[in-house]
Amino acid sequence: MVEYLNRLFMFDKIVNYLRSLFLLELLAGLGVTGRYLFRKKFTVQYPESKTPLSPRFRGLHALRRYPNGEERCIACKLCEVVCPALAITIEAEPRADGSRRTTRYEIDLFKCIYCGFCEESCPVDSIVETPEFEYAFEKFGEHIMTKSELLALGDRYEQRIAADRASDARYR
Amino acid sequence: MSDLLIGIWAVIKIVALMVPLLTAVAWLPFAERKIIGYIQIRIGPNRVGPRGWLQPIADALKLMFKEIVIPERANAGLFLLAPVLAIATALGGWAVIPFSDTLVISDINAGLLYLLSVSSMGVYGIIISGWASNSKYAFLGGVRSAAQMVAYEIAMGFALVGVVVGANSLNLGEIVNAQQGGVLNWFWFPMFPLLVIYFVSGVAETNRAPFDVAEGESEIVAGFHVEYSGMAFAVFFLAEYANMILISVLASLMFLGGWLSPFEGIPVIGESSILWLLIKTSVFLFLYLWFRATFPRYRYDQVMRLGWKVFIPITIVWIVLVGVIVANGWAWWNI
Repeated sequence: MVEYLNRLFMFDKIVNYLRSLFLLELLAGLGVTGRYLFRKKFTVQYPESKTPLSPRFRGLHALRRYPNGEERCIACKLCEVVCPALAITIEAEPRADGSRRTTRYEIDLFKCIYCGFCEESCPVDSIVETPEFEYAFEKFGEHIMTKSELLALGDRYEQRIAADRASDARYR
Repeated sequence: MSDLLIGIWAVIKIVALMVPLLTAVAWLPFAERKIIGYIQIRIGPNRVGPRGWLQPIADALKLMFKEIVIPERANAGLFLLAPVLAIATALGGWAVIPFSDTLVISDINAGLLYLLSVSSMGVYGIIISGWASNSKYAFLGGVRSAAQMVAYEIAMGFALVGVVVGANSLNLGEIVNAQQGGVLNWFWFPMFPLLVIYFVSGVAETNRAPFDVAEGESEIVAGFHVEYSGMAFAVFFLAEYANMILISVLASLMFLGGWLSPFEGIPVIGESSILWLLIKTSVFLFLYLWFRATFPRYRYDQVMRLGWKVFIPITIVWIVLVGVIVANGWAWWNI
């Protein structure tokens, strides 16, 4: 009976209409945003402060050396093969002492997708990705990293690279 | 000679109003970016100058040095006329705004009528820009804002009719003076629904969120000003913010007693002062930004429904109510 009368006089609809005139939902929404106005802000002021980087961070590439100064890379070309973006170019020849070494090792950073497959495929842990991510190119051509650049970056970051690899070794 | 002096005096008064106004217009977008940033738990622009306070200067310089691209097959004359119309109408309304009993550029008796007619002219800038750009998005934006402005102009006008009936005058100074004698004599109290409708219509009039269907980034790119760049775009931008401030000042004058103090009768803080007007205006401007940070954009047909089927009937009912109070002499404010 109550339901019938309700339907007959559209009581619910009228009540809802009158309620809508008081803008209650809108005020509730304003309340939410009003509270957020005073929340603590999450912004990180980038150049002055930075977010922490994972030891697995994949940034600019580098070629590592053994502690005695000998370069690790033996020109097996596994990285070149596994690279899904075909960003790595390697040429190799036997050195004077008979060991096999690269004469050319180049990474095209425009092609590279920073997947880290090269690092995973490397049998001697030579090619790695460093935490360096703040770089830019000013001229065309600078985007191709040559062997000497890669080795220099490896020398610069060796300690950090080694520490990162050591801390992550358990999970590999 | 005396005509010349009067003319020079008028120019001085206009400059004295325009300089602080345009400064406020330049820094309002900065306030907007900061406040909306804070609401989104960011800190907003803070790189240019101390705490980002010189950001508007950097923005202005950038816009000034950009090229004004006139689209091929656009109507160049109308294309360049549109922003001029927009800013002229946005600034023209300020001629009759009183800042205190005596501080007004031209104290005309039909001030409110003048304001309504000037602000309705504002839609021409938008329609013409939409038409002259020769672009479908600009055209859609122009058409939308034309329909929207026509609808909300009526609701806004009706809301102000209530104030006119209550104050028995079209002169803005007299409207404020009719509200003397404390907070309950201000018109927000007897005409609260009219205040809400006036301000919401004002938000719709200035094409601000949540009624910014004329720009609607997600649907029509940027609406009426897609084809504008550089200073031509900046002028539209300035016009929009000048209109926001105008609507806010008007709301404070009509409903919150303008320069009257809320503590009348108490020494020092009970004095009427232009500062009270500025505080009340800032409150409304903050509401503009708060709305923008809170509400999603209305669907176009909902905008139309709200304007025609909700606001206009409510205003008419309330005008009748105010009329009955005034006609029977029950009004407790000063008529």
